[in-house]
Amino acid sequence: MQLTLEFGGGLELLCDSQKIHKVNVDLPHGKYDLTMKHLLFWVRTNLIKERPEMFIKGDTVRPGVLVLVNDCDWELSGQLETTIEDKLHFMREEFVF
Amino acid sequence: MEKGEAKSKKAGGPPRLCCICNERRPVLKRPKTLQQICRECFYEVFEEEIHQVIVKNRLFKSGERVAIGASGGKDSTVLAYVLSELNRRHSYGLDLFLLSIDEGITGYRDDSLETVKRNELQYGLPLQILSYKDLYGWTMDDIVKMIGLKNNCTFCGVFRRQALDRGAALLKVDKLVTGHNADDIAETVLLNILRGDIARYVYIYLFLIMLSLGYIMIHTYAYFKKLDYFSTECIYSPNAYRGFAREFIKDLERLRPRAILDIIKSGEDFRIATTTKMPEQGTCERCGYISSQKWCKACVLLEGLNRGLPKMGIGRARGGVNGGDHKKETKAGSTVKSLESKQCGSLDF
Repeated sequence: MQLTLEFGGGLELLCDSQKIHKVNVDLPHGKYDLTMKHLLFWVRTNLIKERPEMFIKGDTVRPGVLVLVNDCDWELSGQLETTIEDKLHFMREEFVF
Repeated sequence: MEKGEAKSKKAGGPPRLCCICNERRPVLKRPKTLQQICRECFYEVFEEEIHQVIVKNRLFKSGERVAIGASGGKDSTVLAYVLSELNRRHSYGLDLFLLSIDEGITGYRDDSLETVKRNELQYGLPLQILSYKDLYGWTMDDIVKMIGLKNNCTFCGVFRRQALDRGAALLKVDKLVTGHNADDIAETVLLNILRGDIARYVYIYLFLIMLSLGYIMIHTYAYFKKLDYFSTECIYSPNAYRGFAREFIKDLERLRPRAILDIIKSGEDFRIATTTKMPEQGTCERCGYISSQKWCKACVLLEGLNRGLPKMGIGRARGGVNGGDHKKETKAGSTVKSLESKQCGSLDF
């Protein structure tokens, strides 16, 4: 599946300082959809070149990282269960807990 | 790009329309209230929250001349955009303009200055650029040619801080606004403690807004609004000590998210032993800038450069212009010697 992934807010520094990545992701075996859960794992393995803990925590993204799927907050589309269509944006925001 | 959401919501299902306007499709979930809001309402909420902080804290007075420290980076660009908007919308009556410092670093500052020049047109805010060459007679490229890559960030840090202040004074400014975020502040506090530099103060507006709100979705705002900014590391920065402070902050934050806020609070609460001799504030004999010594730090460094003695002013004062009589007997003092030379590395002011 052809996708455009964008990294912002400093996250691009984890992927060779490249903000935009046009990638081709293989669908999981036997599936016709690509979920965020699968994609996160793919990104972690193939795009994140250093300090993965700045991006991922366990199965999901680290607190403070905002995920926009087709310019919409993934919290509104099912978070890890969101199925992806073509555009994703990972952004790190300033939160003071 | 907006997909049709004409169907009414299922019973018990999540709301499919923005909580605020009830018209448009939500694209974001607000961190604190967990409300689902659309793009336009997000803009309004973001801008209104900043407006409230400005009003409640009485940050400005009508008629004031306000310089916005503009590096071309994300934080200062968003700040300039929003402040300009609010000034218009709520008639703050401010005389706003962008103030940029040109350190004379080829390839880095050229590009970010181009961005600020575009901001000038895009936001309708006049731009003033002050260069190190104008202020000090040296560009960073010249300095690095002379001293190499080891202590260059010390020079840049001292010169830049003064450049903004001097620029503000030169241009008869009442307030100076910069876009530091919490990470920058926390780093600065850490650096200052590590160097025993307790007389410094940090006064930054964006940080104030953040403290008031608990969060600020500045990157999201910049992304949706497609604001024009420039983002890359200073080409000389990999060797800067600030980089180590930043890594440490990030590691701490991973273990305990509140760490950043707590470090900043510690900076405010830092108690100095009553036996410590605090530096007194006077003025530099050479240039008149605020200084606790005979000569300000910039003048000491410049003297060193001009005399071909670039190590002057780096590390503890031993003889030289200011004599050796100034002592800072803080706890951190003994470990500071080798760390003092490094000062900065981040993009924004």
